[in-house]
Amino acid sequence: MSSMEISNISKEKLRKLFSEKKRFDGRDLLEFRDIKLSYEVSNKAEGSARVTIGKTDVVVGVKLAPGEPYPDSLDKGNLMVSGDLLPLASPRFESGPPDFQGIELPRLVDRAIRESGMINLEDLVITKGEKVWTIFIDVYPINDDGNLIDAATIAAIAALKKTKLPVLDKNGNIDFEKPAKESLSISKETFPLSFSFYKLGDSIILDPTREEEEACDARITFGISLWSKQHVLNSCQKAGFETFTQEEIDKIMSVIAEKYDELNQKIKNYL
Amino acid sequence: MTKRSDGRKNNELRPMTAKVGVIPNADGSAMFSFGKTIAIAAVYGPRLLHPQHMQNPSKGILRCNYDLLSFSVSDRKRPGPSRRSQEISKVTEWALSPVIDLNQFPNTVIDVQIYILQADAGTRTAGINAASLALAHAGIPMRDLVCSLAAGKLDKELIIDLTKEEEDFKEGEGATDFALAKVANSDEFTLLQMDGKIQPALVSELTVLAAEVCKQIYEVQKKALKEAVTSHSTKEDKKKK
Amino acid sequence: MKNEINEAHEAEEEHNSNYNSESKSRKVVVPGEIIVQGEDYLPGEGARREGDNVVASRFGLAEEQGRVIKVISIFGAFVPRRNNVVIGRVTDITFHGWLIDIDSAASGFLPIEESPRFINKNEMDQYLAIGDTIAAKIWSVKPKGIDLAMKGKGLGKLEDGFIFRIIPSRVPRVIGREGSMITLIKEKTNCQITVGQNGWIWIKGESTDSEIQARKAIEFVAEQVFVSGLTEKMEEWFDNFK
Repeated sequence: MSSMEISNISKEKLRKLFSEKKRFDGRDLLEFRDIKLSYEVSNKAEGSARVTIGKTDVVVGVKLAPGEPYPDSLDKGNLMVSGDLLPLASPRFESGPPDFQGIELPRLVDRAIRESGMINLEDLVITKGEKVWTIFIDVYPINDDGNLIDAATIAAIAALKKTKLPVLDKNGNIDFEKPAKESLSISKETFPLSFSFYKLGDSIILDPTREEEEACDARITFGISLWSKQHVLNSCQKAGFETFTQEEIDKIMSVIAEKYDELNQKIKNYL
Repeated sequence: MTKRSDGRKNNELRPMTAKVGVIPNADGSAMFSFGKTIAIAAVYGPRLLHPQHMQNPSKGILRCNYDLLSFSVSDRKRPGPSRRSQEISKVTEWALSPVIDLNQFPNTVIDVQIYILQADAGTRTAGINAASLALAHAGIPMRDLVCSLAAGKLDKELIIDLTKEEEDFKEGEGATDFALAKVANSDEFTLLQMDGKIQPALVSELTVLAAEVCKQIYEVQKKALKEAVTSHSTKEDKKKK
Repeated sequence: MKNEINEAHEAEEEHNSNYNSESKSRKVVVPGEIIVQGEDYLPGEGARREGDNVVASRFGLAEEQGRVIKVISIFGAFVPRRNNVVIGRVTDITFHGWLIDIDSAASGFLPIEESPRFINKNEMDQYLAIGDTIAAKIWSVKPKGIDLAMKGKGLGKLEDGFIFRIIPSRVPRVIGREGSMITLIKEKTNCQITVGQNGWIWIKGESTDSEIQARKAIEFVAEQVFVSGLTEKMEEWFDNFK
């Protein structure tokens, strides 16, 4: 796979294609590629999942560890989302400390999940003030063909849904010999997903391939979930040097709930 | 013979799986597993090495990076390279270089990325097997494949392919763990790493045994590479458009 | 339709026809595997002699040509050779020319003298700016880099259209015997197409629909590895597409 940066003519061609509502792979501008989900990426994780959207491939593992609560939240457990843009996944990713994209990705996944309230951190208390569970969610792209953020979020949610609490021994440490049985207590209704809308020229698209993503000038990612049967937005981040107009924001708001329902339905078939 | 907890004979490998082409972006890629240990590898290159001052004008560089994914082990591993992974990266580089003619690629680097998805002992050996496949898949000129396994000793008995449980064996002389890699069709060892207690005569016996068992690994690797071609054309034959 | 592709690829004819001829003995081999036994055979590219045997020195298709056994890479990287036509992207402008990314292990360089008209050193970016693309020929391959030439039919700055990549080892199949495959695709889609040996391809058509179709056709052909009768298959493909 090439690390050649996008050319001026290709970027211009994509702008033209999008303005004609066309894409090279025949999709609509707001259409997702085929999504596949599988579990049991690692039997050492308390929960894990692998998501492919087209050729984009992301694995997420959930691990739990008992520990002390933070001093300013003695009655709550902790959630930590980390990850790494493995150099495996793209000729563009390099070994070493993460660049901005590598820092941003887990943070966006974190906020989409945390703000949705899917995990009630108070349910993670083992002994109040002394011992709580920390949930570690680790996100690893395996192949980057665009739209890592949305793929990573789906994988994280799927992994959480399959996560089981480890069994503690008398001393309060994890007994790895005993199989985990109890499911992590998470909301069944709330199902956070992320939608990253990319912009090129005057067109807005969803689920870009890597080629399309590189041509785009700006992106806005929304975390969205269900709360008391309503669609609610939980998080938002705009990225890129270009701007979004009021009209564009309105347009995104007018389609996002429908998109959520579509994607939610697709994924539910795997759960 | 010791009854191993999974019922294997002393000279028996865990069931292996191997698949090539698992990462579309990479120039070459593969996954390889020994029982519950799963490794995935990607090769990018040969490509220009940056920064320029690191380039070698007479030959290319093979750069290996091995690491565990944080959730591949029971006790979560913090993201980021550890001393252990840095050492394994280096010995992996030494294990693979002898089969590649790096003189053909001056000023360039061949990057090999190895990650462990699930760890149950033998991770570096699964990694080397996956990397060897990925290098071949990438079309890198290689005189041979490299096959790797963890041999060892439980008390006094020589065994092949230890599980994590076996690595912790404490009775008698305890467990000796001997990671080996060799050039598939030649009497050349490229990786030799050992921890434990083993008598010199047994070392010779163990390496001979390991070399014999490596042939099975070569067969698995060969099959994975050949399947990458035939399954490809069969799939396309069936497509209508 | 002008077959400028064939002229640009004259030097490649021999190389291409090897790939397309229906060789009797073609089998997939892995490094270290014995291909044939016997003193009668000579090891060619990708193979070596070890005692009595000819052994594979890489993963690919072993092919017999007379007495010579070669191993052709199926998935491998682009190996730049003199006279190869390549498509590249301008990454930098220096005093003497343009640095070109041709997606290979060595970087390309286009000397200022290769531009079709006189370019003032201060105005270099007005002819070729960073991000612009060119179709060029490899003039020389040196350890430090690859020198490019741009004088010739089918070469020059690429205006309009777009570029995309296929695996370099699939290029001969996309071009076809004596250019037959690429000619078919050009005729069916009415597009201008330049195929770089480095796997990059330029398409420019009358409409975005025809450009999309041409790309799909090329990607489909590139995905095939073994299939014989590919030209007939593509005729059918084009009929079904409508």
